[in-house]
Amino acid sequence: MSQVAALPTRRDEDFRYADLAALTPLWPVAAEQVRVPGGEAQTMTLILAGGEAVARELVVTLGAGASFDLRVLNANGAYGRVALRAELGEGANFTLGAAQLAAGEQVLEIVTQVVHAAPDAVSRQIVRSVAGGQASVNYLGKVLVAKGASGTDGEQSVRAMLLDRTATANARPELEIHADDVKCAHGCAVGELDANGLFYMAARGIPPETAKRLMLQAFVAEAFAGAAEEEALLEQALAALEAML
Amino acid sequence: MLQITDLHATVADKPILKGLSLTINPGEVHAIMGPNGAGKSTLGYTLGGRPGYEVTGGTVTFAGQDLLALEPHERAAAGLFLGFQYPVEIPGVSFLQFLRESLNAQRRARGETELSGGAFLQVAKLRAGLLKMDLDMLKRPVNVGFSGGEKKRAEMVQMGILDPKLAILDETDSGLDIDALRVVGEGINTVMRQPGKAVLLITHYQRLLDYVKPDFVHVLAGGRIVRTGGPDLALELEERGYEAVAA
Ligand SMILES: Nc1ncnc2c1ncn2[C@@H]1O[C@H](COP(=O)(O)OP(=O)(O)O)[C@@H](O)[C@H]1O
Ligand SMILES: [Mg+2]
Repeated sequence: MSQVAALPTRRDEDFRYADLAALTPLWPVAAEQVRVPGGEAQTMTLILAGGEAVARELVVTLGAGASFDLRVLNANGAYGRVALRAELGEGANFTLGAAQLAAGEQVLEIVTQVVHAAPDAVSRQIVRSVAGGQASVNYLGKVLVAKGASGTDGEQSVRAMLLDRTATANARPELEIHADDVKCAHGCAVGELDANGLFYMAARGIPPETAKRLMLQAFVAEAFAGAAEEEALLEQALAALEAML
Repeated sequence: MLQITDLHATVADKPILKGLSLTINPGEVHAIMGPNGAGKSTLGYTLGGRPGYEVTGGTVTFAGQDLLALEPHERAAAGLFLGFQYPVEIPGVSFLQFLRESLNAQRRARGETELSGGAFLQVAKLRAGLLKMDLDMLKRPVNVGFSGGEKKRAEMVQMGILDPKLAILDETDSGLDIDALRVVGEGINTVMRQPGKAVLLITHYQRLLDYVKPDFVHVLAGGRIVRTGGPDLALELEERGYEAVAA
């Protein structure tokens, strides 16, 4: 994710599913640097919920033993992109908890590259996306374990829920490992709301819209569990869900 | 209270119910017994309005309304409770939240006022206590990590809180040990053996009927009721098997 002056094309891996027309006026996107010094802990909350296209690019560097907890609510009314490159020092701890809520013809995406540059760092990425209408939600995430970064623990948990047959989810968790003694897990699932659960709720008297809302709320909440601003994130996510249903 | 006349239903285009008729009056307990695959759960799901269970003939009236014209959640608000043979897990939604939504949705639909958080908790505590279930268990996500028996007890706690007119209980006794069976039986009696209420027990075994005494026992085979009798019929079934009795 180096600074490319030229506008990306579909051939660029990281922009494969991007809304290039919406991206054009935003280009080039300036990288925002975040440095977490060794031993320190920082948190960050990004909420994209406006009506204009947004593209953010974060470059995060974690020193030895540093921790960084990033939560993202991507419910932008137009194209919304959060790209992130994180480089983890020895024993660093990185968390990404992100929810994307897309309706209409929105394109929302999260693109990450997490580099375990030194031993014993931990990264956890949880991404929960919901798409209805003709919308698409994308996650492209690469975990790169550098040579010598033994004891790495990297996790990517990526799930998407499609509310309509016309909605799309692209999920591509990737691993590139150049070290031994590494624990990397990735799970990726695209599905629909559980019909059995919906009928169970209906059988108790819960109308379909409320049942959907309850299930989606629970689904999205997984991305925000343990966040410093959990309440506020959930509230905003709920408002965005409400608008979608 | 419930009048089923010549009900035909298909699942995935396969005819399962083939002319089933049954009348349940207020105050009555009916038991439906029958071999595996007879269509017992299909009857419950069809009455509950589960998508995919298509009614191809017959009528069902419930509390003076055309039951089949109602959406599933409207049937619940009208006073129908379906106890599931396999209760469904809903990750991330707590039982308390789920039940409060359920009860208040039903009350709204009936034009009643909603219960406050405090008032709801009191009802929940009372009904959980009746089924010897710790209220703390209801703070957990719906059925997630519950044992088979706990799920069945939780179904009865739900029934107690929702306080239906008619409860259709699909194999509520399966997965219960002897002690839990007694607790569940007593729970059903306390909640449902009330004036103006009725129960339809779907079961394989006689043992639940020792606790919840049925007024009528029906044998369901091949998608129809092939025999009806009193409580003795259940004992006869236990002794001689479905094949001999249904023949
Ligand atoms: N979803 C389904 N798709 C196809 N066939 C089904 C489905 N559910 C039930 N059936 C069939 O319907 C018949 C009745 O099943 P069920 O009502 O579950 O019986 P019971 O509860 O009496 O054991 C069985 O032959 C079963 O295989
Ligand atoms: Mg069954």
